[in-house]
Amino acid sequence: MNRRACLDHLHQLITDEIIVAAYSTASDWITINERPLNYYFFGAMGLASSHAIGLALAYPERNIIVLDGDGSLLMNLGTLVTMASLALPNLHYSVWHNGSYEANGGHPLPSTHVDFCGLAKSAGFTHPHRITTTADFHQIMPAFIRERGPSFAEIIIEQGPIGPRSYKDMYSKQRRERFKAALHTNENIK
Amino acid sequence: MTSSSSQPILHGASIIDAIKAADVRYVLSVPDLHTAQGLLAPLAADRAIKLIRTCKEDETFGIAAGLSYGDQRALILIQYTGFLYAMNAIRAMACEQSLPMCMMIGLLGKEAGVEPIHSTRYGVRITEPLLDVLGIKHMCVHSDDDVALIAPAIDEAYRTSRPLAILIGTRPLPPQDEVAA
Repeated sequence: MNRRACLDHLHQLITDEIIVAAYSTASDWITINERPLNYYFFGAMGLASSHAIGLALAYPERNIIVLDGDGSLLMNLGTLVTMASLALPNLHYSVWHNGSYEANGGHPLPSTHVDFCGLAKSAGFTHPHRITTTADFHQIMPAFIRERGPSFAEIIIEQGPIGPRSYKDMYSKQRRERFKAALHTNENIK
Repeated sequence: MTSSSSQPILHGASIIDAIKAADVRYVLSVPDLHTAQGLLAPLAADRAIKLIRTCKEDETFGIAAGLSYGDQRALILIQYTGFLYAMNAIRAMACEQSLPMCMMIGLLGKEAGVEPIHSTRYGVRITEPLLDVLGIKHMCVHSDDDVALIAPAIDEAYRTSRPLAILIGTRPLPPQDEVAA
């Protein structure tokens, strides 16, 4: 599957959710759906889900959707256990699996055959989704972002264009302030 | 406060009171032998505090960052080894983004009556210099006499959106030891 095509479709599904996106997926997402309720974390790779946990705790009335990379998840595998144990009903975690460190030059992961769905199930996610086709994506994603969390989806995609990408604006202080203001004013911008 | 044998006395309960006085709602932690019984165990049993257990220390910084956007106060309770492990997360969120990350760092193995910088333990000895390099304000709690500094320091960290490190230099006593004493 093509990531941008999937994100285009996801754009049609969301309303007032907080989107926590990482690296290449974030870079695509920001061009598809620039909105105040996008959260771009800064710095340590692998922590998208951890930021999302904090947001899910702080805003239990909002759904949090994480768009993470497979290389990122491998840097923080323990997060699967942390997420599952907390059982936050508003947390929806997806890992976009292309088998590469795309944001870091497109080098392959140490193994390109990791069963992330299996890892999630072992960690405690009861019904992880594995999405390999566009038809599956269109069918499963509406349920994934609405079902009682914590939910998990592994989305198999092809590698996108290899950098360099600039993240400078994505991590700007102004963007973070805009995000916080949108939360505090209960702004609902798709 | 010191014991008759000049060992500093630090009660976990007094630290917990200080944490509550600072309006901390969440404690994010990976267990540390130094604070496991005297501080983490009673925190886990305290209904006024929500304890989030993570698998690795850098997770706690991400969670604290997310909570900070909801104006929820969190305390990160880890050992100095976890502080060292999570350095990149600290660099990014606490230092470059200037988020109010409040760490409570157990100095496992620090000798009684010895300042951390003079400890024979290498990891303990380098903790304060590393905090200085990072520009993170820090204080060391040796005994109950120092506990009164905790709540104002956390308040300031959140008011100014700056990180803070509270070093625990003495192994906190658990409640049963308080009763026995």
